[in-house]
Amino acid sequence: MPERTLAVASAHGLHARPAAHFVKAVNDSGCTVELQKGERTINAASILGVVSLGIEHGDEVTLRVQGATAEAVLQLLGAFLEKDHDA
Amino acid sequence: MNHIGTRDLTTQSNLIHGVGIGRATTVGLVLRMPEPIPDPANRPSELTPVAEASRAAGALSATAAQLRHRGAAAGGTAAEVLDALAMMAEDPALAADVRHRIEDGATAEYAIHAAMTTFREMLASMGGYLGERAGDLDDVALRAIAHLQGLPNPGVPESVTPFVLVARDLAPADTATLDLDLVLALVTTGGGPTSHTAILAREKGITAVVGATGAASLVDGDVVLVDAENGTVERNPAQERVDLALQRTATLEAIRAQSAGPGRLASGQAVPLLANIGSIDSAREAVARGAEGVGLFRTEVLFLGAEKAPSVHDQAAAYREVFAQFPDQKVVVRVLDAGADKPLAFLTDSSEENPALGRRGLRALAAHEHVLRDQLTALAIAAANSDALVQVMAPMVSTPSEARYFRDLAHEHGIAVAGVMVEVPSCAILADHVAPQVDFMSIGTNDLTQYTLAADRLLGTVASFQNPWHPAVLRLIEAVGRAGAEHDVPVGICGEAAADPLLAVVLVGLGATSLSMSPSAIADVRAELAQHTLDDARRLAALAVSAESAEAAHEAVLDASRNTPR
Repeated sequence: MPERTLAVASAHGLHARPAAHFVKAVNDSGCTVELQKGERTINAASILGVVSLGIEHGDEVTLRVQGATAEAVLQLLGAFLEKDHDA
Repeated sequence: MNHIGTRDLTTQSNLIHGVGIGRATTVGLVLRMPEPIPDPANRPSELTPVAEASRAAGALSATAAQLRHRGAAAGGTAAEVLDALAMMAEDPALAADVRHRIEDGATAEYAIHAAMTTFREMLASMGGYLGERAGDLDDVALRAIAHLQGLPNPGVPESVTPFVLVARDLAPADTATLDLDLVLALVTTGGGPTSHTAILAREKGITAVVGATGAASLVDGDVVLVDAENGTVERNPAQERVDLALQRTATLEAIRAQSAGPGRLASGQAVPLLANIGSIDSAREAVARGAEGVGLFRTEVLFLGAEKAPSVHDQAAAYREVFAQFPDQKVVVRVLDAGADKPLAFLTDSSEENPALGRRGLRALAAHEHVLRDQLTALAIAAANSDALVQVMAPMVSTPSEARYFRDLAHEHGIAVAGVMVEVPSCAILADHVAPQVDFMSIGTNDLTQYTLAADRLLGTVASFQNPWHPAVLRLIEAVGRAGAEHDVPVGICGEAAADPLLAVVLVGLGATSLSMSPSAIADVRAELAQHTLDDARRLAALAVSAESAEAAHEAVLDASRNTPR
């Protein structure tokens, strides 16, 4: 399953609004997406799961995508996380 | 509470303190939020797990639909907040947790309550911003439980006459759907300055005092004076106090309403009000809010996350788009400010133990001079293709020789106006040597405060030191203002300090010739400046620099500005 590790760019990390946008993008993608920070891996379709990771600016996370369009979705979600949504 | 014992201290005991949002004052009758729906009891279900599970799923999806519906009706930020809540109601992790509890014999009500509580405690334990969001989950759970039990939704009380709403804290769904024509002011006993109540009150311009624990004793029908500027709620205020407060607000409103156009002191001197921006969106907002140009264009925001330096061509295109918003207006571009809280892979060394004191800002650019040269080239190209009056400045300059180095390099690349940010104390202390080396100086009050008080601005435990009213900071600003005046070099302010209307007046009194801030602060700062002459501003500045603490400086200026004849 394709995966990518990157540093989250938003100044306030992945909280509230950016987290909601991210989960919406995951749900719209039609793929199964996992997000891992440190030891914990969660279902990225769950906003509660995403915020529970407590992702801060600059934290390294790994995205894993499964599905027909996995590569494209991985690229899209990776780009989302690497953009500063609090700017 | 011992009400009898406090009767004598009438004026004291009637004054409740909290954190004010905005500057207005309102008087009105209290209406409290209804008591919340009681927590469901953990009793065994009398239905089959399949039946309970379908009740729970139905209630959660109805709640999501209801929240989306209210969001669509409210629009704007409210819609986003309510959409995020709807996503919580439909969350797959929550649904799984609810299902497990029902399979173990719980009712739908209890399963939803218990599952939400688990997630809420997890959020609350994270503290800070997320902790304050924890109340959102209770709101979702209560709506679902109200749906299951056929109860009316919890929320804002209904009234046909205007009232002051007193609540523990407002959930986003409540604040989003407040009828502004009826709500005179908001008072919460919980919630801090970053709670939903505060954020939405700020956005919608509602007078609010949050975190006023003493307001728990207010009852329906109490008359209260809500004073956001002072962060107080006064029960049964004397008529003259009401008159005075309302008059103050009316004066502010009137001045604000007629103070369109450029920033100006009461004595006539122009003080350009500029915007801090970091993207094309914020550039458009700045224009919409009446900014007279840009005092800080943070270019690194465009490149955060980039692995390698962006090409001259890409940079020029990005800059041109922003410049196009400001024909014939000043745009001060800060070259890449990498390091500390804003690392850029191609400029900063991530292994530094103390990056705020490391090779950041101009230090990093000087070490990778090709990156700086590329950026100046791109800026010169974009400037040549636009009608904006483009200037450049360097961040984190600590010596006069660094200032000279940057100005010479900028001039060499064809950018005629080049200055430095003053945010390191050494640069402020030697401002008389820096001024002759540059075309302008711009004071970054956030970092200047952090370095002057040796308190990491990102560290919550020392947040109380991060106060730009501190006289130590103001004295450094005074030194820069004096050097600017002596050498005829403009002195701008581009930190958060300029967004505080009263502090903005003090900064002008210390010698600031322009102020740059978040676009949303421009109207209030413009209104405040219009009330003070340059002599007033200098008098207030003298009071502030001679105080012994940030709090004392603020209080002295607040008192004196109230007594200034208008």
